[in-house]
Amino acid sequence: MILSPVNTSFRSPAADRALFRALAFSAGAVAAILALILLYLTLASASLLFVDAGLWQLRWQPSAGAYGLVAMLVGSVAVSLLALLIAVPPGLVLAVWGRFFAPPWVGGLYRGAMGLLASIPSVVYGFWGLVVLVPLLNRWAPPGASLLAAALVLALMILPILVLQADLALDEARRRHLAAAMALGASVSGTVRRVLLPTAAPQLVPAVLLQLGRALGETMAVLMVAGNVVQLPDAITAPIRTLTANIALEMAYASGEHQTALFASGWLLFVLVTLIMLGARAVARRAGEGRVDAH
Amino acid sequence: MLLRGICDGLKRAPRLAGAIAMAALILSGCSRDAGDRLVITGSSTIAPLVTVIAQAFESAHPGVKIDVQAGGSSRGIADVRQGLAELGMVSRALKPEEGDLAAATIAQDGIAMIVHRDNPVGALTGGQIVAIYTGKVRNWQEVGGPDAPITVVNKAEGRSTLELFLSHFKLDTPAIRADVVIGDNQQGIKTVAGNPQAIGYVSVGTAEFEARRGTPIRLLPLDGVEASTAHVARGDFPLSRPLNLVHRGEPGRVAREFLAFAASPEVHDLVTGQYFVPLAGR
Repeated sequence: MILSPVNTSFRSPAADRALFRALAFSAGAVAAILALILLYLTLASASLLFVDAGLWQLRWQPSAGAYGLVAMLVGSVAVSLLALLIAVPPGLVLAVWGRFFAPPWVGGLYRGAMGLLASIPSVVYGFWGLVVLVPLLNRWAPPGASLLAAALVLALMILPILVLQADLALDEARRRHLAAAMALGASVSGTVRRVLLPTAAPQLVPAVLLQLGRALGETMAVLMVAGNVVQLPDAITAPIRTLTANIALEMAYASGEHQTALFASGWLLFVLVTLIMLGARAVARRAGEGRVDAH
Repeated sequence: MLLRGICDGLKRAPRLAGAIAMAALILSGCSRDAGDRLVITGSSTIAPLVTVIAQAFESAHPGVKIDVQAGGSSRGIADVRQGLAELGMVSRALKPEEGDLAAATIAQDGIAMIVHRDNPVGALTGGQIVAIYTGKVRNWQEVGGPDAPITVVNKAEGRSTLELFLSHFKLDTPAIRADVVIGDNQQGIKTVAGNPQAIGYVSVGTAEFEARRGTPIRLLPLDGVEASTAHVARGDFPLSRPLNLVHRGEPGRVAREFLAFAASPEVHDLVTGQYFVPLAGR
């Protein structure tokens, strides 16, 4: 099933060329728009970004002219990493179970349910977190709205897509290697652990990184459950504020330097997510080269 | 402003016949706009209310176009002074140095301190509220409640409710020790309703509406005055403020009609629909 120009070309070369131009133009336009967004964010936040060292401090008090983003950067990264830590192990286990150990019809139903969960808007997860999860956590460790609450909601949000992506990767590995492993007399669990997971790993890593980017960019769900206090969390149950929540909370009311600082939050987020996406692509490309060698 | 600039430009240099025709077209538009177009800018608290009032006004007066832009009370005042807007929305009483402007109050806004319905604390003094919000009192026991930590719910920077709260209690943002920072009123109500140890503040109209609907929150009286829209309307609830439309000099015909409309009983439903309090005795 290798797609090559030979078997995918249209009959008419003219149509082929036109499609190529249209696609190249669209891709170029998207790239240009992205570059313009970065340029705009950089220009809009330049006066604080490069001239002043004010962004790299802990204090965020716009009314007092202090625009430190460090606490929120830490908050964003901490909540996303914790969400991955919570979501990835069960995600992999669920994918393996659904593909190799569940009866086929249960596995199919299960994947369908995951697809449904993945399509629920994030704000619904946030609302559920606000009215169910936070009061629950509050009984154990007040105030409930915390780093942990946000990470749990995020984990729940990214889990379905993680399971589906892991499932795809595992399925491909299964089609390629399962018959051979079985023929050698290996057990299913041994094959999964020793053959299929290692084969699928290069595809799993970019999937996880993509979800990390999604977690970093999530706004409303986090805003509703994280507590939004600007501070370095001293415990997992302490409230935090993320960069995205900061923008959403204050943008409507900000002006002047305050607004510039919020644009800088956006710039920081953009750069962070871009770096992660580049990382994901690099890993995926290396995985792709590995596959060519294997053939 | 921009449109007027284009109009002037086209008036001065109509080089081509097409441009002349176009200029004539736009100019006719401009002249009509000048009479029947009303620009209102200012407080983002009032903007949603004025937007719905403007829609009602526009449907009652065909041909009139009202442009409502939010940007804060200070922008409302600055725009009216510079003539960029005919009316400015200002969510506070005018200061003495703003004597060049005239204000017409269209509604009252008040904020209520709210706690969970199961919280036995019946009332808090201003001093106790300040102590709680500055972190000096961290347990309900110290103010006559059960032995439980207090969850302080505060509003995000820039919100008008925060401003009113801070100015009433003479507090400063850095002094506040919050456990949860919220954006809008609904988030505040959900947070307090889900947390028996929480204390927060939201707009009186929203709080009253939610409490009546059965949401487990309770409005705390302040300085012996019950927190209710009735008291806010009468103007004797301490944590309240007028929502004003300000203008400079004699307002134009459309602006005058709009001011009269916005203060009439016809808009009461619109005012309560935005959880504000209509003026009493009108």
